[in-house]
Order: sequence, then structure tokens, then C-alpha cells
Amino acid sequence: MNYEDMEFFAPGHRACAGCAAPIIVKWVLKISGPKTIVVNATGCLEVFSTPYPHTSWRLPWIHTAFENAAATASGIDAALKAIGKRDDVNIVVFGGDGGTSDIGFQSLSGMAERGHNILYIMYDNEAYMNTGIQRSSSTPFGAWTSTTQVGPSRPLGKEEFKKPIAEIMAAHKIPYVATANPAFLPDFKAKIQKALSIKGPKFIHTISSCTTGWRHDPSKTIEIMRLATETGIFPLWEIENGDFSKIKITYMPKQRKPVEEYLKPQGRFRHLFNEPEKIKEIQKMVDEWWAKFETKS
Amino acid sequence: MKISRGATITEPGSTSLEETGSWRTFRPVIRYEKCIRCMICWNFCPEPAIEKKEGENYPVANPKLIKMPVPVINYNFCKGCGICVNECPTKAIDFIREEK
Ligand SMILES: Cc1ncc(C[n+]2csc(CCOP(=O)(O)OP(=O)(O)O)c2C)c(N)n1
Ligand code: SF4
Ligand code: SF4
Ligand code: SF4
Ligand SMILES: [Mg+2]
Repeated sequence: MNYEDMEFFAPGHRACAGCAAPIIVKWVLKISGPKTIVVNATGCLEVFSTPYPHTSWRLPWIHTAFENAAATASGIDAALKAIGKRDDVNIVVFGGDGGTSDIGFQSLSGMAERGHNILYIMYDNEAYMNTGIQRSSSTPFGAWTSTTQVGPSRPLGKEEFKKPIAEIMAAHKIPYVATANPAFLPDFKAKIQKALSIKGPKFIHTISSCTTGWRHDPSKTIEIMRLATETGIFPLWEIENGDFSKIKITYMPKQRKPVEEYLKPQGRFRHLFNEPEKIKEIQKMVDEWWAKFETKS
Repeated sequence: MKISRGATITEPGSTSLEETGSWRTFRPVIRYEKCIRCMICWNFCPEPAIEKKEGENYPVANPKLIKMPVPVINYNFCKGCGICVNECPTKAIDFIREEK
């Protein structure tokens, strides 16, 4: 059954105009269909979709604390099994980058190790947006956030690297790990579909532009996410059963655009244009990733 | 407001009772005579505030497309982000400042 024409996520939610998170959610639900239980870690998505006493969700949905979405989902998986109703129900988790790469990581790692049949989706807006744009381990090198301020003594913004969460999840040897980008919609949909067809723990890392925290015009949301992949900063790939030697890069840019094209339209990277050697460093990191993985694909 | 036990919410999709159209400062307007009915705007609207409707009664860019569905903007919910305007491949969506 195809549910693409149905909307399981209702309008009236309070996401900022141009937020990418609801685009991700509506497409995941169009693929997963009505037999889905959604588990949602605290964060922007949970807050903007459930302004009490209303909800945007047209499916069973449970709010969890910031750190335990994967543990709650594991409990749902076990409970459904215990009452003999586990068949053909999708359990889908949505967690932010803070709720996944940082504070929720232990529960996620446990879910993966125990082998629960769950699709975990991290929507990555690269900071703690709901509480005011604080850095996370998923904030990229060089980005301004409210806790990586830019000034004369700190020209760079964030000085540390982005945690490679999808690679870390692949190292758990779970059946399916992928990166995804809603600007590449056919690839995005195919990955959700594929993940849901596989039993066991699945992890999808999707880029999720935040007009407020990334400081770009709301109309540019899709355009900027597209550039993330066209520059090679956010490569699209999948790895099954932790076999890095068989990584499949699902979008191969003919020629990768220079990273400046992605950085330029975003206010959070504006200061880097006074530090050209830092931009070169970012380009080098991107080139290194591709040199390492492109040959395998 | 009486708080339900466990703060449960039992009415699915009820944010649609609260309209967000007043957030808009610019209004997207589809010029159907330029629209090729590709539904890219519908794909990417974050609200979602674009509905898929039967297309027979709308102006059409090419008579071959008349049986295809059309995008129709629901201004009760459109926040005026402009994603549809930016992504439309034929520049069929105007973006007009809202005036009182
Ligand atoms: C234990 C705990 N610490 C802090 C908070 C406050 N808090 C709520 S959401 C949030 C940030 C969420 O960041 P992320 O997971 O990246 O989601 P986003 O809001 O960016 O979508 C924080 C710090 C909390 N709810 N619980
Ligand atoms: S702050 Fe960012 S992530 Fe949160 S609703 Fe606004 S645009 Fe979306
Ligand atoms: S994106 Fe443009 S051409 Fe395509 S359906 Fe929407 S208005 Fe029509
Ligand atoms: S302007 Fe934004 S909210 Fe309004 S119809 Fe276009 S994409 Fe949807
Ligand atoms: Mg975040």
C-alpha cells in the first residue's frame, strides 16, 4: 500500500517557517504508513509538534526525555513482542543531534547492541536548537553557536570536529546504517523504505537545516541542504552489517563543488571568510573523507 | 485549562485547529499557466500547507497535463517560508508582500 498522498503530520505546528524537520517527518511517515509508533526525544520537533492540548501527529506518538528515546523504543519493541503483536508494526524514533550523539548515545548504543527491531532517525540540525543554539558534538568545525561565540580571541567558532555518528553506528555492526538528505528525495525515500524492510536496529542520519540557528533565509532550506551533499560535506551512503569495505555511496557528485558554496549562504560560517586557511582546512577534511571512501564504493 | 491525566492528547492532528497563516509576511501565489504540475512544491512544503487537488478545473501550461493533480496552497497554514518559490523549476510561484 502506498501512503504518499496521506498526511500523517498535520499543519498548525509551531516550527519556524522554513524548518527542515517537518519535511523529514512527513516523508518518513508517508513511507512507514499508519502502522507506526513514533518515539520522540525532547527537542525542537517534540516541542513544536505538541503544543498542549494539541498534537500534529496522526499516529501513536510518545514523548520521552532528552536522553532515553532509544530505551523507550526498546521497551515498546519488547512489550509488543510479549503480547504477541510485534508483526508489521514499525517503531520509528526521531531524535535530535543533541538527543542522539550526546546525551542519548548510551541508550542508542544499548538498543543497537541488544538488536531491537527499530528504525532510529537522527535529524541533525547541528546544535541544541530548542534551547537556543548551543553547540553539540554534531556541530561542525568552525560553526558559530551561542556557546562557541566568535570574537577577537576566538576567531573560529567551534574548534572541535563533528562526531561521525553514522560511522559509529555502523561500527555497531547493525544491519543498516545510512545518511540521508531530504533535498535528494528519491534517495531519501528509498533509504527509509529499505530500512523498514530490514529486521533489527537501523540508524539513519539525516541533515536538517535550521533557518534560525544556521542563519539563512528560510526559502533556502532545500537549496542549502542540496549544497551540503553537492560539496561532499554531507555525503550520502549506506553500510550494511558494519561492512565498511562495502560502503555504498548513493550519490556521486560528478565534480564536488567547493565547500565555500555551502558555507557562504549561512550566517553561522560568516566569520570563516576572514580566515581563508580555515576554509582550506574544511575543504581538506572533505577531500580526505572522499579519498578514504570513494575508492571502496 | 483542565489538564488530562498524564497530559495525554487524544485528538490526532489537532494542531490543524490552530492556524499559522498569520505568521506570513510574503504570500506565495501559484501562476497555474506556468505550472508543470511536477509537485516539487508539495514535496517540500514543511507545514504541509500545499494540497494535491484534481487538476481539471485549473489553467494548464500544456493541455497534455490536464489530468494531472495540481498543488493548491492553503493560506490558513502557509507561513510564507518561500521554499516552494525557491524550488519551483518553472518560476511559477510569485512571492508577494502581504498588505493590510
Ligand atoms: C536532561 C536534560 N537536560 C537538558 C534538557 C533541556 N533541553 C531540552 S531540548 C534540548 C536540546 C535539544 O537539542 P537536539 O537534541 O539537538 O534537538 P533540537 O532542539 O536541536 O532539534 C535541551 C538541552 C532536558 N530536557 N533534559
Ligand atoms: S529553531 Fe531551527 S530546528 Fe527549531 S523549529 Fe526553528 S528552524 Fe526548526
Ligand atoms: S513546483 Fe512549480 S511547476 Fe511544480 S507543481 Fe509546484 S508550482 Fe507547479
Ligand atoms: S511559502 Fe512555505 S509554507 Fe507557504 S506554501 Fe510555500 S513552502 Fe509551504
Ligand atoms: Mg539539534
